[in-house]
Amino acid sequence: MNDAATLVRIETKETPDLPAAPGAILMRNLNFHYSKVHALKDVTMTVPANAVTAIIGPSGCGKSTLLRTINRIYELYPEQQATGEIIIDDRNVLDRRYPLADLRRLVGMVFQKPTPFPSSIRANVAFALSYYERLSKSELNDRVEDALRQAALWDEVKDKLNHSALSLSGGQQQRLCIARAIAVKPEILLLDEATSALDPISTAKIEELIHELSERFTIMIVTHNMQQAARVSRRTAFFHLGELIEFGKTSDIFTNPREQRTKDYITGRFG
Amino acid sequence: MAIPVRRRAADIAAFVFASAATAFGLLWLFWILWTTLRQGAAALTPELFTQMTPPPGTAGGLLNAFYGSAIMVLLALVVGAPLGVAAGTYLAEHGRHSRLATVVSFLNDVLLSAPSIVIGLFVYELLVVTAGHFSGYAGALALAMILLPIVVRTTEESLRLVPDQMREAGFALGLPRWRVTSQIIYKAALSAILTGILLGIARIAGETAPLLFTALNNQFWSANLNGPLANLPVVIFQYAMSPYDEWHTLAWAGAFVLTTFVLMLNLLVRFLARKGTHR
Repeated sequence: MNDAATLVRIETKETPDLPAAPGAILMRNLNFHYSKVHALKDVTMTVPANAVTAIIGPSGCGKSTLLRTINRIYELYPEQQATGEIIIDDRNVLDRRYPLADLRRLVGMVFQKPTPFPSSIRANVAFALSYYERLSKSELNDRVEDALRQAALWDEVKDKLNHSALSLSGGQQQRLCIARAIAVKPEILLLDEATSALDPISTAKIEELIHELSERFTIMIVTHNMQQAARVSRRTAFFHLGELIEFGKTSDIFTNPREQRTKDYITGRFG
Repeated sequence: MAIPVRRRAADIAAFVFASAATAFGLLWLFWILWTTLRQGAAALTPELFTQMTPPPGTAGGLLNAFYGSAIMVLLALVVGAPLGVAAGTYLAEHGRHSRLATVVSFLNDVLLSAPSIVIGLFVYELLVVTAGHFSGYAGALALAMILLPIVVRTTEESLRLVPDQMREAGFALGLPRWRVTSQIIYKAALSAILTGILLGIARIAGETAPLLFTALNNQFWSANLNGPLANLPVVIFQYAMSPYDEWHTLAWAGAFVLTTFVLMLNLLVRFLARKGTHR
């Protein structure tokens, strides 16, 4: 096991259920600690590729932590620690030797509050793009346009690409953040309550966008809004106190949950 | 609905008190400006900026003092500001969770509150005694040592005000730390960092004690940084203490120009800060 290749590479024999499609996420015995708080407990689940998976549960149940583990953004804070495996495209991304830049190119993330950088709309999208790829100016412009089109923002900003991104509305800023994330062509998109700070019309636009993007990306959304989970996702996972309580087809979770706790939560008895 | 009399009275009392406190604070500023203007008016002529400091009993200006001050402040800025921004960046970004940063931050506070005369004496021992003569370089170094902790502190504070979400968003795109800091975080904190540097300049422009030990003064025109250099605060000090009327008037005029310069810098700071929040 000291050999790097054996550690990083997971033999498919051991995991016959490993999905073949690139972009699927396989989590095994995932545990997470915030110094003393045990935030995720032995989570094992398979997130299917090219579909929307919703993560629901009461506040503090570990939903956001789960997303923050997948792109290892938690490593910014030395007191936070994850153990177990997260396997994407046959490799354990939690392995220290897995390069962070590769992982974050593979996995895009959008946060609760829009986080446009204090520069132009074009620069926001081009930032990571010009870091990863050597592109000529026209290629770069094409890719920026492409990303903005995919994020359904192009028509609204095409005449003001050099304006400050901070001049956009909240919903536009959030779609800009999505464009920024998909510009580098990731396989996975993590949306951490990405619509909870937006008005209903902006929310509807983003939900529509999520639906369209799910053809090309594996999407995980964390949401407090159960109607949203029901509207946009194919599968839903319910978390409670750091444990994965139930994971299945969204229609089953909402109409016919197996667990009492799931039933209590979706009928509004707690949370 | 009518507002109860007691609440109205309290409101009026608070308003009067706050206004009076503001007026009291402003009073001194205008008093200083008015006094220096009135006393120095006779010397506020074009000659002030074209003539050298005169011997007693003759007319002259403060050109050599302005030049010396400007060159030393500029040199202090070139040395102190980049170093200060770099150290502040270390404290706020790279060293966040390290013990070293806590120690450095504490030592910086000590330096920040060190009396400027002590810094003057230190540079005197370091450069003037070893070289055997006073020099503009020594003056600039003393000013840089006063500027440095101010820039470190304000840069650290400005960077800490940038929400962590902005950093996370940068890192989530896979950008390395130096890129996140230089292209995203600096941009977000730019006006605040510049504000800190400008306030630092305002502070060192009027420092007298450290220059007494280092640059000393020079009656004549000199652009030689390796020798004694005229500078505004020390000239004001010496001329104000002298028994000659022409020198008194020049000292007042110098004080007026210095106060106005610092006031202008502060106005610029306000302008920058406003620009920063309105984006």
